[in-house]
Amino acid sequence: MAHSESEILEGLAEIVNEETGLPTDAVTAEKSFTDDLDIDSLTMMTVVSVAEEKFGVTIPDEDVKNLTTVGDAVSFIAQAQA
Amino acid sequence: MTDQVVITGLGVTSPLGGDVASTWEAALAGRSGVNILEHDWVEQYDAPVRFAGELAVPAADVLSVPETRRMDPSAQYAVVAARQAWADAGSPEIDPTRLGTVVASGIGGVWTLLSQWDNYKEKGPRRVSPLTVPMLMPNAPSAQVSMLVGARAGAHTPVSACASGAEAIGYATQIIQSGRADMVLAGGTEAPIHPLPLAAFARMQALSTRNDDPQGASRPYDITRDGFVMGEGAGILVLERESHALARGATIYARVAGFGITSDAADIAAPAPEGQERAMRAALEDSGLASTDIVHVNAHATSTPLGDMGEASVVAKVLPHSPVVSATKSMTGHLLGGAGALETIFTVLALRDRLAPPTINVTQPEPELPIDLARDTPRDLPEGQVAAFNNGFGFGGHNASLIVASV
Repeated sequence: MAHSESEILEGLAEIVNEETGLPTDAVTAEKSFTDDLDIDSLTMMTVVSVAEEKFGVTIPDEDVKNLTTVGDAVSFIAQAQA
Repeated sequence: MTDQVVITGLGVTSPLGGDVASTWEAALAGRSGVNILEHDWVEQYDAPVRFAGELAVPAADVLSVPETRRMDPSAQYAVVAARQAWADAGSPEIDPTRLGTVVASGIGGVWTLLSQWDNYKEKGPRRVSPLTVPMLMPNAPSAQVSMLVGARAGAHTPVSACASGAEAIGYATQIIQSGRADMVLAGGTEAPIHPLPLAAFARMQALSTRNDDPQGASRPYDITRDGFVMGEGAGILVLERESHALARGATIYARVAGFGITSDAADIAAPAPEGQERAMRAALEDSGLASTDIVHVNAHATSTPLGDMGEASVVAKVLPHSPVVSATKSMTGHLLGGAGALETIFTVLALRDRLAPPTINVTQPEPELPIDLARDTPRDLPEGQVAAFNNGFGFGGHNASLIVASV
């Protein structure tokens, strides 16, 4: 059951909200995890871990560093579940 | 002559209440915080003990979702109590390098450790949370409290089983006396109500199995006592150099007058009255008080067959004038690493209100009980300059005795 990109964005926003307390509407595609959302590496690994389970995908550790923006993560997850 | 160390803030979350006022009110009223455990895991895992003292106000009710996701319950409870204590102290402005923390735990993040191992077994290594280590480590509560208030003079974690909380307060006092800090948030926390610790303590025959009478199960000094009742929660005190407290006009509850700590080097689990006696005498000597200045003792008294009478004999020997003894674990259960902190707070409040809290459930006291036990209702304490003991003794032969004095 593939999720649409908008569903993935919404799901990621919920995860970020639960892990950091940031409001979901602050989590938009163009935002940088580190520069805009102030998410450190440990929190990023936690977001990735929860997202993997939520969307049924694997995001290899070596790919996480390339996920600069929320949109990058949405695209990666969308392709990974294809 | 070093400055005195005084207590200027208190915070609690316990089986009796979500804060200091409600916890103390329930204790004076002689209420039990022990209840049947309403969790699926009780039946699922055939828990041998089906009751405990759970928090009266769940931590999730007062913390944000990220806080509950990023901290083990043991750290959550410490943060809840520390927030209250810091506010109670007036949220003072202080040089962060003069502010420290000493927050103890007996077991650490046992919920995190075991639930992540469950994740691993059921779903594989990638489902182990990246936050597992910073959540399970026993120093996490102290570190979280240091981040809460910006304490940069050192964040410490005594781990001495059920003596941990009392040891934390003693160590914090010594840090201030050494000159390293002017204020220290000190106390203890524990979140042990999980099937494994319940089964493990039950296998030691340390826990009461009075499943048909949970609220009557913790009965220190009663001839029918059959073990302690597990409790959870945290207590945090703000300790402060007296001159610092006076300079900022802080409200002072009491002062930490003496601290004694010893080890038994005898048995890994059984208590040794000899070591307990040395701890109490060391605290008295440290305080410079006469033994007759002591008007009250909050005993360790966990409701185990062996431990209660050993401590009672020590109290009678060290304090032959027979001050009023309270065993508040009869109401709260045993908070393990949090016990010494919660009970020191009870001791401070007893001096403030001149009321020793009651010991409940004692219907058939030990016939040879050598102490004056406050039973069922609070007991008046004398006016004037007085002092009181809190004892904390732990598996491993750790003995910590504190004396707090009125100001």
